[in-house]
Amino acid sequence: MLALGLLNMSCGGGRSDTGEAVRMIQNTGSDTMLQLAQAWAETYGALHPELSIAVTGGGSGAGIAALINGTTEVANASRRIKDEEVAKLPSPPQEHQVAVDALAVIVHPDNPVSQLTLRQLSDVYQGKVTNWRQLGGLDAPIILLSRETNSGTHVYFLEEVLRLGDKESTDIFASQTLLMPSSVGITSEIRRNPNAIGYDGLGYVTAEEKVLALADSDDGRYVRPSVATARDGSYPLARGLFLYTSGQERAEVKDYIAWIMGDDGQAIVARLGFVASEK
Amino acid sequence: MDASRDTLSRTTRPTRSGNRMEPWIERAVRLAGLSAIFIVALIFIFLIRLSLPALTRIPLSAFGDLRWYPIEERFGLVSLVVGSLLVTAVAVGIAVPLGLVTAIYLGEIAPPWLGDILKPLIEILAGIPSIVLGFVGWVALAPLVQRLGAPTGLTAFTGGLILAYMALPTIISIAEDAIDAVPKSYRDGSLALGATRWQTIYRVVLPAARSGIVTAVMLGIGRAVGETMAVMMVTGNAAHVPRGTSMLFQPVRTMTATIAAEMGEVARGGTHYHVLFLIGALLFLITFAINSVAARLVGRRRTGEGGG
Repeated sequence: MLALGLLNMSCGGGRSDTGEAVRMIQNTGSDTMLQLAQAWAETYGALHPELSIAVTGGGSGAGIAALINGTTEVANASRRIKDEEVAKLPSPPQEHQVAVDALAVIVHPDNPVSQLTLRQLSDVYQGKVTNWRQLGGLDAPIILLSRETNSGTHVYFLEEVLRLGDKESTDIFASQTLLMPSSVGITSEIRRNPNAIGYDGLGYVTAEEKVLALADSDDGRYVRPSVATARDGSYPLARGLFLYTSGQERAEVKDYIAWIMGDDGQAIVARLGFVASEK
Repeated sequence: MDASRDTLSRTTRPTRSGNRMEPWIERAVRLAGLSAIFIVALIFIFLIRLSLPALTRIPLSAFGDLRWYPIEERFGLVSLVVGSLLVTAVAVGIAVPLGLVTAIYLGEIAPPWLGDILKPLIEILAGIPSIVLGFVGWVALAPLVQRLGAPTGLTAFTGGLILAYMALPTIISIAEDAIDAVPKSYRDGSLALGATRWQTIYRVVLPAARSGIVTAVMLGIGRAVGETMAVMMVTGNAAHVPRGTSMLFQPVRTMTATIAAEMGEVARGGTHYHVLFLIGALLFLITFAINSVAARLVGRRRTGEGGG
């Protein structure tokens, strides 16, 4: 991921074909949004050869930290900025909701379990339920997979699933949860381990993983994640994806974000399996 | 040693310019030597300075917490230290016996032509980047460990296997050099007294090469403790203190992987930031302790039996 960012930079460094000096836009943050941000940067870069947009991942926290340190102009985040992060910025940040992402809960295709309530999922990830038999599956231990704590997806899952949206709750992931440094880490372990359960952005899920239907309450309806259910809000784990800027960004950065929010940028959102942001 | 110094000074004496240059060369060599010490001291001071705020902000007992969950300000180091020690123990348990046996085979038993083929190959092993070994572990080794009956292939044992493989070339090369340096007259004397080949290796060659072998083992352990990327890919990174008989086949999170995974995210100056430096200082102390133990073991032999 880092290498890709560097590649972008090295390609765009120096001067463009027209001989004009190339201007850089640094764009860092959420790994969930990495493919999306790279697709935007490539398409927009082809339209504006005088611009070089360097995209790097590292997680939403890393992106916002870079915005605070002044090493990036645009931070990608798959969660809203926290108050303590806003406090470290010299001026109030600009928030742009650019897409909606549905978080899919995935298991091995051979796993007979096909639906869970959020409460069951919370118990599983807290280590209160440790065997698939307790969920109507086979007699086998549950292997918990999660993203690293610096991932916005991790924080979102902690707040919305583990704590069921309860701000007062101090429940945290069971200590035996495997923390994977990347989305690929989760999907490849799911593919080879019939006892594993994990979560990932809907845009990253392939046919080799089984997606679970979720219900937000014990007597609620089980809903499978899709573009339609994410946008109409019936799927319980759908969230906004954001771009943050310092509020004092250059004109070319403003133009770039306006383009992302426009039809061309939103078409890319839909193509990558995310849900275009509502206007 | 003395003989070589004599020849050195004899060859430099005749040229007058050599004479004039010598003090400067000596000074340059001394400077290079001292700068190494200076840089190590600077690194240590830097680590201590950046980890001190962690010690003042968090009560010491908080580091004894069994949970490591920095985004909720839980900074228990127990699971990380246990994770590192467990992975290193597996690596040492595999790499040391295997490495020593290979070194003995290369130095004492293998025909010279075979040694000439094997030795460069082993040195190539040392040059494989750790991330590549991590890939191999992730793709090939982890499914194998899972098939052994572990609930997941990403375990302390998998990490230990990869680390053993990484430490092996170091251990073999250095131990083989040490065995090679044992004078032939020792072996001849032992064989002439009627000892068998095995008795000669076990009772004469190995004790004579001891200091080099200890260095080999310590450098191998040092490599295992400090390795990061490969370990991060195959140990599962669960900050969990493994218990019970299957503890080797449970996922663990090492100190190095924690620093690597979390350094990119932390805001400068935050408590989490300083705790990560504290982990770095702890790692530094562990490798320093290993090196000191090695130096003492080697030193005792030198003074005890005179010359090496």
